[in-house]
Order: sequence, then C-alpha cells, then structure tokens
Amino acid sequence: MFSAIKRFWQVIRKPSVHYSLGFLTLGGFVAGIIFWGGFNTALEVSNTEEFCIGCHEMENTVYQELKTTIHYTNRSGVRATCPDCHVPHNWTSKVARKIQASKEVYGKIFGTISTPEKFEDKRLELASHEWARFKANDSLECRNCHSEESMDFTRQSIRASEQHSKYLVSGEKTCIDCHKGIAHKLPDLSLLKAAK
Amino acid sequence: MKLLKLILASLIAATVFGGASSYAAETISEMRNADILTQDAAPRISKVVNSDERQVRNYPEQPPLIPHKIDGYQIDKRLNKCMTCHSRTAVEQSQAPMISVTHFMNREGQFLASVSPRRFFCTQCHVTQTEAKPPMENTFVDVDDVLDGKTDK
Ligand code: HEC
Ligand code: HEC
Ligand code: HEC
Ligand code: HEC
Ligand code: HEC
Repeated sequence: MFSAIKRFWQVIRKPSVHYSLGFLTLGGFVAGIIFWGGFNTALEVSNTEEFCIGCHEMENTVYQELKTTIHYTNRSGVRATCPDCHVPHNWTSKVARKIQASKEVYGKIFGTISTPEKFEDKRLELASHEWARFKANDSLECRNCHSEESMDFTRQSIRASEQHSKYLVSGEKTCIDCHKGIAHKLPDLSLLKAAK
Repeated sequence: MKLLKLILASLIAATVFGGASSYAAETISEMRNADILTQDAAPRISKVVNSDERQVRNYPEQPPLIPHKIDGYQIDKRLNKCMTCHSRTAVEQSQAPMISVTHFMNREGQFLASVSPRRFFCTQCHVTQTEAKPPMENTFVDVDDVLDGKTDK
C-alpha cells in the first residue's frame, strides 16, 4: 500500500518526457476553464426555481405556500424565485449555501423531510437556519430587491412607515425581524421560545 | 263537462303564465340593473381600506373594524399573526391596541393568561372594509339618535 503511494508520487514528480512545458501549462489552463465553467454551470442550473422545486421536497409544501403570496403574483409583475431569497449572490457564500442545501437533499433521500408531516416537524429548525442567516447578513437578499434608501415612506401605509422609520432606519432591526413568514407558512414560534 | 274542464284549464294557464310574464317585466331587484335572464358583469374587486385610522363602532359591543389590510396573515393552529402585534407583550413595539380583557375570558368569565380559545380566530368577528359603494342604503339608526327620539334615518 505504502509503496504504491510512493510509486504514484514518483510518477507525478518526474518531469514530463513526452509533452512540452507549454502544452502542459496551456492544457492545464484550458482544463481549468472547462472544470470551472462546468462547476459554475452546474451551480447556475441548480440556481433555478425548477431545480429547487424539482429536486427538493419542496414542490408540495413551501412552493404551494409561496404561490399565495405577493412574491409570486402582484400588480407590478416582478417575481421573487426561491434562489432570489435563498442563495447569496457572492460566490463563497453561494457555495457554502449549496453545501448546506445538499444536506437538505440528503435529508430528503434519507427520509428526514420526505413527507409533508416530517417536513412540518423539521420546519422550525430549517426556518431558524434561514432566520439566523438573514439576521447575520442584515437581510441582504431582501435588500437586493428592496432598498431602504429607495423606500418612499410617505407612500407607505402609516403602520409600515412608522415601524420602518423607527426601527429600520436606526438599524435597530432588520427586515427579517419583522417580516418572518413573508413567503411561507410559519411554524409554531412559541416552541422556539420554549427551546431557549 | 268536457267544455267546462277546458275553460278551467285555459283560465289557470292564463293566470299562471300571464302572471309570470308581467312579473318578469318588473325590475327584479334594486341591486341588479339587468333582468333575471341576463348575466350581470361582475363588479371590480374593491380595495381593502388600509387607512390605519380607527373607525366608529355603531354600538358598544361591536367588534371594531380592522383599519388595515390583513392579506396573507396566518391564523392557524401554529401561529396567530395578529397576536404578533396585538398581544399584551407586542403592543409596545407595534403601537397597536391590545386585545381587550374580554379576549382573555373563557365562557365561565374566568380570565386566562393568554387569549382565550374562543377568541383565537380573530376574523370570525373582526373584518376589514372595502371601498365598495353599498348597493342599498343602510337604514341603521344609531342608538344615540334613538335616545334623541329619531327612529328613522
Ligand atoms: C426578486 C426580488 C425580491 C426579493 C429578493 C424580495 N422581495 Fe419583497 N417584494 C418584491 C416585489 C416585486 C414585491 C411587490 C411589490 C408590489 O407590487 O407592491 C414585494 C413585496 C414585499 C412586501 C410587501 C407586502 C405587501 O403585502 O404589500 C414585503 C413586506 C416584502 N416584499 C418583504 C420582503 C422581505 C422581508 C424579503 C427578504 C426575505 C423580500 N421581500 C425579498 C420583490 C422582492
Ligand atoms: C420594525 C419592524 C420592521 C422592519 C425592521 C421592517 N419592516 Fe417592513 N413593514 C413593517 C410593518 C409593521 C409593515 C406593515 C404591515 C404589514 O405589511 O404586514 C411593513 C410593511 C412593509 C412593506 C409594504 C409597504 C406598505 O406600504 O404596506 C414593504 C415593502 C416592507 N415592509 C419591506 C421591508 C424591508 C425590505 C425591510 C428591510 C430592509 C423591512 N420592511 C423592515 C415592519 C418592519
Ligand atoms: C421573498 C423571499 C422568499 C422566497 C421567494 C422563497 N423563500 Fe423560502 N424562506 C424565506 C424566509 C424569510 C424563510 C424563513 C422562514 C420564514 O420566515 O418563513 C424561508 C424558509 C424556507 C424554508 C425552511 C422551512 C420553512 O418553511 O420555514 C424552506 C425549505 C424554503 N424557504 C424553501 C423555499 C423554496 C423551495 C422556495 C421557492 C419555491 C422559496 N423558499 C422561496 C424567504 C423566501
Ligand atoms: C404589524 C402589526 C399588526 C398586525 C400583524 C395586525 N395588526 Fe391590527 N392593528 C395594528 C395597529 C398599529 C393598529 C392601530 C391602527 C392602525 O395603525 O392601523 C391596529 C388596529 C386594529 C384594530 C382596530 C382596533 C380599534 O380599536 O379600532 C383591529 C380590530 C385590529 N387591528 C385587528 C387585527 C386583526 C384581526 C389582525 C390579524 C388578522 C391584525 N389586527 C393584525 C397592527 C397590527
Ligand atoms: C367572538 C368575537 C371576537 C373574536 C374571536 C375576537 N374579538 Fe376582538 N373584539 C371583539 C369585541 C366584541 C370587541 C369590542 C368589545 C371588547 O373590547 O370586548 C373587540 C375588541 C378588540 C380590540 C380593541 C380593543 C380595545 O381596547 O380597543 C382589538 C384590538 C381586538 N379586538 C383584536 C382582536 C384580535 C387580535 C383577535 C384574535 C386574537 C380578536 N380580537 C378576536 C370580539 C372578538
């Protein structure tokens, strides 16, 4: 076993006899592009809503709920899709989120969220992850579409403008503190307090 | 005999059908402009009043009208969205009126620590209003007017 590793190492270390250095560098470069592109393409494909609701256990639960909300249909016809709210835009966070999502896919395959009832049982935990993420990044995904600076408080309802000017502008609270359940049904929040 | 029967039958027919046709000619109701056989165009869906201003209560026991929109507010076994603003502990931030003490009472008149199960489904009693024009005039007379001796509008 050890000697096999040693042989492999020697082959890797030995300078190439057949190919020029130029070829190897260029080849490596091209292969790099292909892999990188492939990886990012896979990332792009997995970043569409069809992928989310096709692959996850999501179509019958959260997707149906989203359909009844303002983020699915509204007077302006601008829609928010799953990745708009759930996948960070910068690359490292994106990959990190994918790894976390793989855990949810894993959860589907091995049955922890394979039925609506099991999903319901897990919902508080899954939702808490999302809240923690939104809280940590100051609701970045919401702000990709809704900019605080562009909000015209005079055009908002009194309830909205009072809360926004008092707590949002001061930075005391972020979107997710007040707008939980904007896209899906909420779990029983009193259980959250009980767990603390 | 036969003739008598015939006369009787035609008499009945004349009253029934003649009556019906004269009935159809009248306007059926003041709320519909069309006659009974035509389909009215559905009116546009009116906007929900979202003024955030408390509205008059027509009598003291009336559940107050909701002065804001409640689209998508979840009220089910897991969560009551209304209580995230109207519960005792939430009103400091939300500046909403707290649910009154009657909401804590069970049917024996005991005060519970939190909202009573029979008051949990808020929209059973509290409703929003829309900007729709009422098709009929409302003849309700406020009790204060009744006290002043006015019994019709
Ligand atoms: C893809 C863009 C997008 C993203 C991301 C997004 N929204 Fe929205 N949001 C919209 C649009 C479009 C509307 C509807 C505007 C309209 O027509 O009034 C809306 C409406 C809303 C409303 C108004 C609801 C109502 O009943 O009037 C709230 C509150 C809201 N969003 C909060 C959020 C929060 C919180 C997040 C983050 C979790 C978020 N949004 C993420 C696009 C987005
Ligand atoms: C302190 C609590 C609070 C925070 C923080 C907050 N909101 Fe709101 N927001 C409200 C309330 C209350 C309303 C009105 C009630 C409702 O829509 O349910 C509202 C309404 C809205 C509306 C609809 C406006 C209207 O006129 O009805 C939008 C859009 C919105 N919020 C977006 C956001 C976004 C985006 C953020 C983060 C940048 C945010 N809010 C942060 C409390 C908050
Ligand atoms: C407008 C932003 C928004 C959109 C669009 C959206 N989500 Fe969410 N999602 C949230 C927020 C915020 C939470 C945190 C829990 C909550 O507040 O409801 C969440 C939570 C979840 C959860 C955790 C379980 C739960 O219900 O809380 C899952 C799973 C999920 N979303 C999947 C999806 C899928 C699949 C789609 C597309 C069909 C989608 N989401 C679209 C904002 C969004
Ligand atoms: C985001 C916080 C919020 C939520 C959620 C909310 N309300 Fe309100 N509500 C208010 C505020 C603030 C007022 C005071 C008037 C105003 O600003 O609209 C109010 C006023 C009212 C009033 C009028 C009280 C009076 O004395 O005239 C009723 C009734 C009411 N709400 C019922 C409800 C019901 C029922 C729900 C759930 C379907 C609900 N509210 C959800 C904030 C909220
Ligand atoms: C069985 C009918 C009923 C149900 C259900 C109900 N209410 Fe009421 N509510 C009333 C009546 C009647 C009043 C006015 C008299 C009183 O205060 O008891 C009232 C008053 C109120 C007021 C005004 C309190 C004040 O002091 O100005 C608020 C706010 C309110 N309700 C909110 C709610 C909310 C939120 C829920 C759901 C958790 C709810 N109500 C469920 C009947 C109901």
